Amino acid sequence: MARMVVDPITRIEGHLRVEAQVDGGKITDAWSSGTMFRGIELIVQGRDPREAWLWTQRICAVCTMVHALASVRAVENALEIEIPNNARIVRNLISASQYIHDHIVHFYHLHALDWVDITGALKADPAKTSQLAQSISEWPVSSTAYFRGVQDRVKALVESRQLSLFTSGYWGHPAYHLPPEADLLAVAHYLQALEFQREFIRIHAVLGGKNPHLQSYLVGGMTTAIDPNWPDAPLNPERLDFLVQVAGTAKKFVDQVLIPDVLAVAGFYRGWFSLGMGPGNYLSYGAFPQGRIQDTARYFLPRGIILNNDLSKVHPVDPNKVSEYVTHSWYEYTEGNDVSLAPAKGETNPKYTGPKPPYQFLNVEEKYSWLKAPRYDNYVMEVGPLSRMLVAYAAGQPEVKAMVDGALAKLKAPPAALFSTLGRVAARALETQLLANHIVGWIEELRDNMGHGDLQMHNGEKWEPDSWPRSAQGYGLFEAPRGSLGHWVEIEDTLIKNYQIVVPSTWNAGPRDGKGQRGPYETALLETPIADPERPLEVLRTIHSFDPCLACAVHVTDARGRTYARREI
Amino acid sequence: MSPLHEDLPRAAERRGVSRRDFLQFCSLMVTTLALPTRYMDKVVHALSQTRRPVLVWLEFQDCAGNTESMIRSSHPPVAEVVLNLLSWEYHETIMAGAGKQAEATLERVVKEEKGKYIAVVEGSIPTADDGVYCTIAGRTALDIAREVCTNAAANIAVGACAWDGGLVRANPNPTGAIGLQEAVPGVKVVNLGGCPHNVANTAAVIVHYLTFHEMPALDQYNRPLFAYGQLIHDQCERRAHYDAGRFVEEWGDEGSRKGWCLYKMGCKGPEATYNCPSVRWNDGTGWPVKAGHGCIACAAYRFWDWSSPFYKRLPKVPGFGVDVTAEDIGWGVVGTVAGVTAVHAVGSVIRSRKSKLEGPKAGGAGEESKPASPKA
Ligand code: SF4
Repeated sequence: MARMVVDPITRIEGHLRVEAQVDGGKITDAWSSGTMFRGIELIVQGRDPREAWLWTQRICAVCTMVHALASVRAVENALEIEIPNNARIVRNLISASQYIHDHIVHFYHLHALDWVDITGALKADPAKTSQLAQSISEWPVSSTAYFRGVQDRVKALVESRQLSLFTSGYWGHPAYHLPPEADLLAVAHYLQALEFQREFIRIHAVLGGKNPHLQSYLVGGMTTAIDPNWPDAPLNPERLDFLVQVAGTAKKFVDQVLIPDVLAVAGFYRGWFSLGMGPGNYLSYGAFPQGRIQDTARYFLPRGIILNNDLSKVHPVDPNKVSEYVTHSWYEYTEGNDVSLAPAKGETNPKYTGPKPPYQFLNVEEKYSWLKAPRYDNYVMEVGPLSRMLVAYAAGQPEVKAMVDGALAKLKAPPAALFSTLGRVAARALETQLLANHIVGWIEELRDNMGHGDLQMHNGEKWEPDSWPRSAQGYGLFEAPRGSLGHWVEIEDTLIKNYQIVVPSTWNAGPRDGKGQRGPYETALLETPIADPERPLEVLRTIHSFDPCLACAVHVTDARGRTYARREI
Repeated sequence: MSPLHEDLPRAAERRGVSRRDFLQFCSLMVTTLALPTRYMDKVVHALSQTRRPVLVWLEFQDCAGNTESMIRSSHPPVAEVVLNLLSWEYHETIMAGAGKQAEATLERVVKEEKGKYIAVVEGSIPTADDGVYCTIAGRTALDIAREVCTNAAANIAVGACAWDGGLVRANPNPTGAIGLQEAVPGVKVVNLGGCPHNVANTAAVIVHYLTFHEMPALDQYNRPLFAYGQLIHDQCERRAHYDAGRFVEEWGDEGSRKGWCLYKMGCKGPEATYNCPSVRWNDGTGWPVKAGHGCIACAAYRFWDWSSPFYKRLPKVPGFGVDVTAEDIGWGVVGTVAGVTAVHAVGSVIRSRKSKLEGPKAGGAGEESKPASPKA
């Protein structure tokens, strides 16, 4: 029996620590801890709600813009502002390109090295790699010479004895078992994906001025004014052409590189279709409105809940059933340690009671994380692409159903295989494909509107604070690439009185709750085989399959009853 | 072409950087640093050393925006070039190893490369409550920063948070967050503000250091002058509209569709310095003003407290020898404006560095009265 610590968990955003009990070569218990805290919700109090999105967007740059969107939605909801159709489309385009970009970067740059042994690539035969590549895809960059070139680069790196980012990897670990040719193929695509993503993200530079941290949102719409006749209009026919051209590259890359790679890698690690199951409950707020935001039935990705892995029923979502525990989190509630509070009534008094740094182990019997433990009606929920795809699949969304069934048929696996580490990976890839199929069409919709003289991009009726009620409350929900995200805002006398955020990685990475239920990471790690506790590659596989984002996950909510003083340094 | 010119691309190619990317990279660096082109040889030579300089990238209270900014740059693909020319041995968001293996690497660098490696810091450092608000491998950010940065040859703080505490330090600064320079006094830090940093500037600083073994010329905040010496307003493509008195008056109006000046919508360009409008983002594709939103002065000292509220119009427009408000700038003064633009450009750089952004803004949420002056 040994306690294993992985800190830092790398190739994620933010600071995450996992402690696990290993017994007989398997994980028997696990604890997930967020080790960084900033307090952004406190910082936005007393500020202009119209700029809350600029602040909250800085919660995370990997998930850049998701907090901006949830924030403007919350303020629009509070002030009852409808945004113009063009603004809806631009927001959907930014989000869709964010999903595509983020999912691709996640698979190749944050996750692939858990499955791919770079040093294996050295042993590959470039000719056989070329054959393998051509047998799974039409992607044209697949010649023997090309793969030999990539192999030479890896060789040069290894021979230099300065492995740079790859210095500390788990190379040669017994849990790696791709054939060398697949290793080489994946390394080549790691490099190609790096190139793809930085070209593709130029969409955000047009629609948001820059990435990370886009700067074109407004409460009431977007700044990206559209005009068919002015060359300096942020959006005009020429820039729409550019968007179509860049967005168009996604479909080919996803169809011909991402999907075949994911299926190929999954084929070699089939055991991971029965490992890593989370709580079995899946939440999706739904995303990409096709009409008014209130019209949730018309969301492109549906809203819903699945309980106990039962795909025969999709339950409705009631945002009022969300609440958070701090039983094992470094905060205090005035009503005691075991209650949970709804975000709209939340309170946060940070109170660190962990070991004094430097420390070796956390006291997991007590409080052990800066993350709270969100629950839905006391259920532990998993969020993210898997949840969205399962909700859409169970709701019978025809395109998703066809894609998921197609992938399962190729993998010769039943739907239950999706409730796993590799299920998350597959769902994320399929979701990328789904959006790549639609993004160009959405740009054309914008072009049509422009052609018909619909140039409205902002609703300014309630821009001026003197048009607002004395007090107002609202919330904005969104599905970030990593899962369900909600911002809650309370406005009083034109300023933010309270601001609260419940983010995807808090759902997934949170600690135990007042009833002792484990968080999704903690559950998913149970039963994971550990070949070498000194080199916990298997832990990374499951944790990375969730695509953690810890900077998002740690936050504070409403400071009602806050007891600590404002600090000036 | 000197032999060096031919030599390095080949050396770079052996490390996996194509000749085209490499030359593009070098010329971007020379331009960004505003060096005469004859320095190209020197740059090329410095980057062709067989043993690559080691770099470690520390992340504390961060959003990874600076990391992401780095991997999203293209033409040249700065990340790829830099990653190949330096041995980038520790960087949580993108490194292969985790846990013990990651920490052992950092330990080894600090010991074996003592006084030789470059440390890049992203994110603020919390000092309240003994630093418990950010720990990595059980150690506090402050503890790690002290050890790693005091043993480095050079330290670079990227992004607003690592420079001055950034957003995390904004009032009420719940975690006692500060920037690297304040947290570890005595170490030499080059600050690359911005939210996030623009990686072209950061790469240029690194290249300058490798080439000349010293940092480029710095301002009083230890920011390189080549990047932070010029007003946004003086490089802005909407400047002609400002001078002609053509302003966006309401979001979505005719002016916003025609790309007019955003001053009245709160643009902070007239008081902010940064090369953002020239270097731009994501392969030069855009910057905020081009997408129709005003500048928020994200590269200015303590901008979160002192440049907000962001939609509030700057009370005075600097320039012209006297301060005038936008209402005063009508068609009548356009002629005069054109005549003094050159003088204005010089004056406003000095002005912006001396006054406006150093003091708290009326209406800002900041409670502090004076910034701590960074140590040189
Ligand atoms: S005020 Fe802003 S938009 Fe107008 S010219 Fe200056 S920097 Fe450009």
